[in-house]
Amino acid sequence: MRPFIPTPKPSMTRLLPLLGIAAALAFPARAETVEETLANGMRVIVKTDRRAPVAVSQVWYRAGSMDETYGTTGVAHVLEHMMFKGTKDVPAGEFSKRIAAAGGRENAFTSRDHTAYFQTLQKDRLELALKLEADRMANLTLAPEEFAKEINVVMEERRMRTEDSAQAKLYEALMASAYQSSAYRHPVIGWMDDLKNMTVDDARHWYAQWYAPNNATLVVAGDVDPAQVMTWARQYFGPIPARPLPVRKPQREPEQQGVKEVTVKAPAKQPVVALAWQAPRLNDPQADWEPYALEILAGVLDGHASARLNQSLVRDKKIATDVGAGYDDISRGPALFIADATPAEGQGVATVEAALKAEIARLVKDGVSEAELNRVKSQVLAGQVFQQDSLFYQAMQIGEWSTAGLDYKARDTRYAKLKAVTADQVRSVAAKYLVDDHLTVAVLDPQPLPEGAQEAPRNAMGAGHVR
Amino acid sequence: MFAKTAFIFFTWLLLAPLSWAGLNIQHWTTPQGARVYFVENHDLPMLDVSVDFSAGSARDTPAKSGLANLTRHVMGLGAGEYTEREIAEKLADVGAVLSGRLDADRAGFILRTLSGKAERDQSVAVLAAILSKPRFDGAILEREKARVIAGIEEEATKPESIGAKAFQAALYGTHPYALEESGEVASVKSLVRDDLAAFHRQYYRARNMVVALMGDLSRTEAEALAGKLAADLPGGDAPPPIPPVNPAAKGIERIISHPATQSHLFMGLPVFTRNDPDYFPLYVGNYILGGGGFDSRLTEAIRQKKGLAYSVYSYFMPMEQAGPFQIGLQTRRDATREAVNTARSELARYLAEGPTEAELTQARNNLIGGFPLRIDSNKKILEYLAVVGFYRLPLDWLDTYSAKVAAVTREDILRAFRARIRPEAMSTVIVGGQVEAQAK
Repeated sequence: MRPFIPTPKPSMTRLLPLLGIAAALAFPARAETVEETLANGMRVIVKTDRRAPVAVSQVWYRAGSMDETYGTTGVAHVLEHMMFKGTKDVPAGEFSKRIAAAGGRENAFTSRDHTAYFQTLQKDRLELALKLEADRMANLTLAPEEFAKEINVVMEERRMRTEDSAQAKLYEALMASAYQSSAYRHPVIGWMDDLKNMTVDDARHWYAQWYAPNNATLVVAGDVDPAQVMTWARQYFGPIPARPLPVRKPQREPEQQGVKEVTVKAPAKQPVVALAWQAPRLNDPQADWEPYALEILAGVLDGHASARLNQSLVRDKKIATDVGAGYDDISRGPALFIADATPAEGQGVATVEAALKAEIARLVKDGVSEAELNRVKSQVLAGQVFQQDSLFYQAMQIGEWSTAGLDYKARDTRYAKLKAVTADQVRSVAAKYLVDDHLTVAVLDPQPLPEGAQEAPRNAMGAGHVR
Repeated sequence: MFAKTAFIFFTWLLLAPLSWAGLNIQHWTTPQGARVYFVENHDLPMLDVSVDFSAGSARDTPAKSGLANLTRHVMGLGAGEYTEREIAEKLADVGAVLSGRLDADRAGFILRTLSGKAERDQSVAVLAAILSKPRFDGAILEREKARVIAGIEEEATKPESIGAKAFQAALYGTHPYALEESGEVASVKSLVRDDLAAFHRQYYRARNMVVALMGDLSRTEAEALAGKLAADLPGGDAPPPIPPVNPAAKGIERIISHPATQSHLFMGLPVFTRNDPDYFPLYVGNYILGGGGFDSRLTEAIRQKKGLAYSVYSYFMPMEQAGPFQIGLQTRRDATREAVNTARSELARYLAEGPTEAELTQARNNLIGGFPLRIDSNKKILEYLAVVGFYRLPLDWLDTYSAKVAAVTREDILRAFRARIRPEAMSTVIVGGQVEAQAK
């Protein structure tokens, strides 16, 4: 359901998408990307792909939960919800109705780094999406009565995603502990108390601050004529005036000086232990090498069912039922390298935590084999082809890279750099970054259901209502 | 559990035909009796393969509930010449991705691989071994049983899982559709190697197999590939159909206490088969009631007007035998009564009045206008082929789809809904906060 936000837990199985590389490399004839910056500062990037008569439009705003301040956490996501609640010319709910009537699908997502709005349509209905997006970039109503209802919907969303999910609570606590000064410590959906106290003025303020063409990127992908898309972009978005944006403070995360630990109690059966180490993000796709080595490291640990963590903890030692490792280096803020494990019945958290660390220590001591390295690289290569099956994902990558301040064209470079990672480099980043002084440990301490899940008396609620 | 398969169903229901030159589906049967469905497309150097068997959890018995799932799962953990480690490594070495799936009707595997001969041969050889020569190693079986049991126990703490399970039981009673896909702790504990081997022999037969192929392959190569997958499978006939569902005349109401901050509602009845003559009136009609997201009445009434839920929906799940119609939502504990009553009154109003002409036009426009989106990737086309093949739908199912959606009238919808959605036969399960609601 929409609008939604990506799960606050960094995905543990993102190896292939993470290693996504430019489609243009393999199929230059089919894929062509053109770019233009409008006079008002809005970037427009168009990628042609003619496999199906379909077009994707995505408008990316460089404003996410990391741009929020204490007291109004969650406002980026609340505004995302309010973007469907009407303008002067397009009343509340009409945006969705018009896209649906055109056979389209639409939604939006908010992350720590950005907020994005998308539509997928038959190629000849693309203009409608651009027109509607331009309208709500400039003319959002933000009516108090609509806000009053929608903030309740957002609180329901938080209850569903976080309050009633032990795993989500664990990861919320992990992030809140691992980050000390970065706004990454706040959940994207916001703290419940901030949601309860949010006002329509908070949303208005956010909209006024960040929803400007000079803070936005339009990405269009599909069976489209780039010149025509540019014409529409100039026509619809061009008249919206640029505005000065607030100064963005760097909010650099201080280097951690010693291990941090946090425990979360929530209804669940098994405990879970999650480890997060401070790690670098990708800053310069040409010059950096460490982020690429960390990506390969994540693949060596958890790239497939016989990768080190699963083979050791789940299959050989049988001390865990599930394990994972992940690293996302495309971000505006400080990155983390994360591993987690669920102990098997009768095993303790301490045992699996020690086993996770022992696998890392073994890798640091003995290195990785060429076979392991090549296996991960083969997955990278294949993933680069597979991702071209999704038009949406191709547009998404361009948007993520651009919003993170990276040159999306450098994804070609990135592929070459990933291929060039050596076994020594993998070992050296493991040794440098996966150290206790930079580690936060979060443990889910499972609680039995207080009353047990019991049958309540038959007529307790609503019995016989309709009948 | 139905909640899981519901997603696939949504995808499927929204699947619609090409308004442009249609898919050229090639269909044949291998000498061993496997049915093959193939679309040739060389745009990308990749191949998607699915193999499905009528070997889902509806083939289980209460005593051995979970056997279908465990059999399919352990098949992939050691087969023929490959250890479980080699299976993972051989696939990863060529960048191939193998996943499994199982619902009440179907069990199978999906392979995505590069289409170069070396990559393709290696990944297909692994899949062929998994299908025909599973080892069912005893130590691996015990380890995986423990993992499945841990999963069952974890799910038993979650309100949405508790509710889905109770809903399934309420609808299906003693019919095998009531059985949990993962099984029960005691039944899974009792399973032994011979159970898996026997299940494999009985159901993983060529004559019970549907192969779908999408991508960079010639017809000749496709025939050879399908033949290789079917070659060493156990012989024998396809199993008999799943027994029909005998729906209860009167629904059940269950309220299950849980400390979650939200209550979860499950309301519905068993009603929808894949070959239902009213497939299209129900499909289009459900878009308007609760399937069409922000175009739907349930979302409008419960989310947009009242702010009571983030997610509220209805769906029909077409299965071999009567699959469920369900209305679902989650809401804060103290709003349970209001949300449930609103859902019920929206359904009652829909059954009384049917859709308006404007709603029907909007639904048709979306379903027909969205054609190209529904088969705009190899992955989506593969899923379409797999369903057409498994349920023996006509090959031109997509080609006639538009016209059938367009032909649906308000009267058709009203008649079809009234015939099937009998309020007295609907069961309701609520997990969560009835205590506060009662106190109000």
